[in-house]
Amino acid sequence: MAPELLQRVRDAVAPLVERFDLSHGMPVLTVAPGRLLETVRRLKEDLRFDLFLDVTAVDWPGEEQRFEVVYHFYSTQHRVRLRVKTRVAEGEPLVDSLVPLYGSAGYTERECHDMFGIGFRGNPDLRPVLLYEGFVGHPLRKDYPKDREQPLVPTRTREGQL
Amino acid sequence: MDSRPIPSGRSAAFEYISTRKDELVGWARKFSLFPYPFVTACCAMEFMAVSATPYDTDRFGAALPRFSPRQSDLLMVVGTITHKQAPVLRKVYEQMCEPKWVMAFGACAVSGGFYQNYATLQGIDQIIPVDIYIPGCPPRPETVIDGIMKLQDRIARSKHVILTKDF
Repeated sequence: MAPELLQRVRDAVAPLVERFDLSHGMPVLTVAPGRLLETVRRLKEDLRFDLFLDVTAVDWPGEEQRFEVVYHFYSTQHRVRLRVKTRVAEGEPLVDSLVPLYGSAGYTERECHDMFGIGFRGNPDLRPVLLYEGFVGHPLRKDYPKDREQPLVPTRTREGQL
Repeated sequence: MDSRPIPSGRSAAFEYISTRKDELVGWARKFSLFPYPFVTACCAMEFMAVSATPYDTDRFGAALPRFSPRQSDLLMVVGTITHKQAPVLRKVYEQMCEPKWVMAFGACAVSGGFYQNYATLQGIDQIIPVDIYIPGCPPRPETVIDGIMKLQDRIARSKHVILTKDF
């Protein structure tokens, strides 16, 4: 990322973020959940990070703020990427939805809700997208047993039985 | 017995033959497998390779894929089946008319392969009966051809009920 742009990003988000790091030259912003929407709005409208790439989460079992929700953005104008992270607790894993800013966030938020059980306040449709109705739990959480299956079709029990 | 002489110009050979009904029907059926390719994953590439000219499953009468389960008699399950897909596979199997056979193509269809997690069915034989298992990740075309030939042997050797008492 060009130094001037990096400085612009730093100045624009400085009052909102807790940390501002660089990872392999890419800015990494750590924000409180309450300031997420405002930070991203600023990134989109003032700094032209116009493409929402993905949202996923990282499970840190045993830590007080157990889930780290990670967003990636891209600027088609500057051709640079940017990462935003925020931490939420297990008891209330809830962040604001980015659907009002980026329509494409809807599906990836659904996936993140499937896999980690993160709630997205304001997402109008959090039905399962990769999982199916009736699936209990969130398979990418570290406490989900890796071989626990939830079959939809009863298993055949003896030879010749369909 | 008819003792009239055979008219000239017509051969006597093969005017009639004697065989067992099951052998005859089995012989006919084993060379007219109509596969339904239930293709879900990377094994599809190997399925294409084995279908195409260099290996050519057409030689075994198993070439023309029918994309309706109602017109097919060989269900080729090619690739990983997830629990979410399992009801679909089961429905496809149930829609096929008798006689029907099922081929588990590749390690994932056979046993779940290297996936053991929340998503993957640990082998399609957990939900539908399987006639032939083809191992490999993916299987070599030779393995697939061997599997088809073994299935043909099995078809040729089995009973073929044509008219049941309910007919």
